[in-house]
Amino acid sequence: MKRLLFFIPLAVAAFLGGFFFWGLTGDRDPNAIPSVLISQPVPSFALDAVPGLETPGLSEADLQGSGELMLVNVFASWCGPCRAEHPLLTRLVEEEGIPLMGINYKDKAEDAVAWLDELGNPYARIGYDISGRAGIEWGVTGVPETFVIGADGTILYREAGPVVGDGMKRLMEAIEAAKAGA
Amino acid sequence: MRRLFLLLLVIATPLWAVEPDEVLDDPVLEQRARDISANVRCVVCQNEPIDSSNAGVARDLRILIRERLVAGNTDAEIYDFLVARYGDFVLFRPPLKPSTYLLWGAPILILLIGASAVVLTLTRTRKAAAAEGLSAEEQARLDALLEQDKK
Repeated sequence: MKRLLFFIPLAVAAFLGGFFFWGLTGDRDPNAIPSVLISQPVPSFALDAVPGLETPGLSEADLQGSGELMLVNVFASWCGPCRAEHPLLTRLVEEEGIPLMGINYKDKAEDAVAWLDELGNPYARIGYDISGRAGIEWGVTGVPETFVIGADGTILYREAGPVVGDGMKRLMEAIEAAKAGA
Repeated sequence: MRRLFLLLLVIATPLWAVEPDEVLDDPVLEQRARDISANVRCVVCQNEPIDSSNAGVARDLRILIRERLVAGNTDAEIYDFLVARYGDFVLFRPPLKPSTYLLWGAPILILLIGASAVVLTLTRTRKAAAAEGLSAEEQARLDALLEQDKK
């Protein structure tokens, strides 16, 4: 019995070691903020079009009960990663035919127009969120962010950060899952 | 030199991220805004309250909190508004609910484990000491030594 007690420190060390190992390895990102908006209806917001752009503005009504899967992408011309994900989003729209809605976050209108002129405009609608208030309604922590909106207007998935590489993989998985579920 | 130093002390104010144009005219509301801001985590810089963060979103949230205070919201309503959008994560003090019972209870739990370990060890050694006692021979020798001391 007493002998067994001597193994307690070893057991404690092994337990802690295992816990720390779990903490240090794997894909877990301790900085990831879990979104509370998942499986919630889209928040209420109404944004005008970007001044000088023909693409119409965006409000919650455009996302509710549209009957099809949609993507909402928060972007800005000043955001580097947005430029990186732009061609991939464009290809996603062209190949998968998923409507892409944009929220132009805290951007100068002329910069946003020039940016879309240069890179192309895959967005069906773009809301101009100069104040960042719509961003707060969406729980946006930084640009870019991409949301998958279900046919009934619920938010199914949120990808914080550019949808390139693993981000794109996760987004595609979410889209596939949404399609399978619908 | 000394005068210059004192002058600097007077001029220097604590560095806050709260910008002058954000500050409310009503000192009571402003204080409430500051108190709330100190409890809300900046979602960009994460380990900083929005009260001292220079991030754009933090400034937006500070202004939003002030607008809501002016509109007559209670502190709880403002916290609820933020939690609905950013989750419990924005609060530096997690709420007490089933998923956080372990978090809040852990210190008490660890204290109980430690205390019971201490009590257990102490009673065990005391019992062991009491059980042994002195043999008749030892007692006789002790008496003899005490006698010697008295002389």
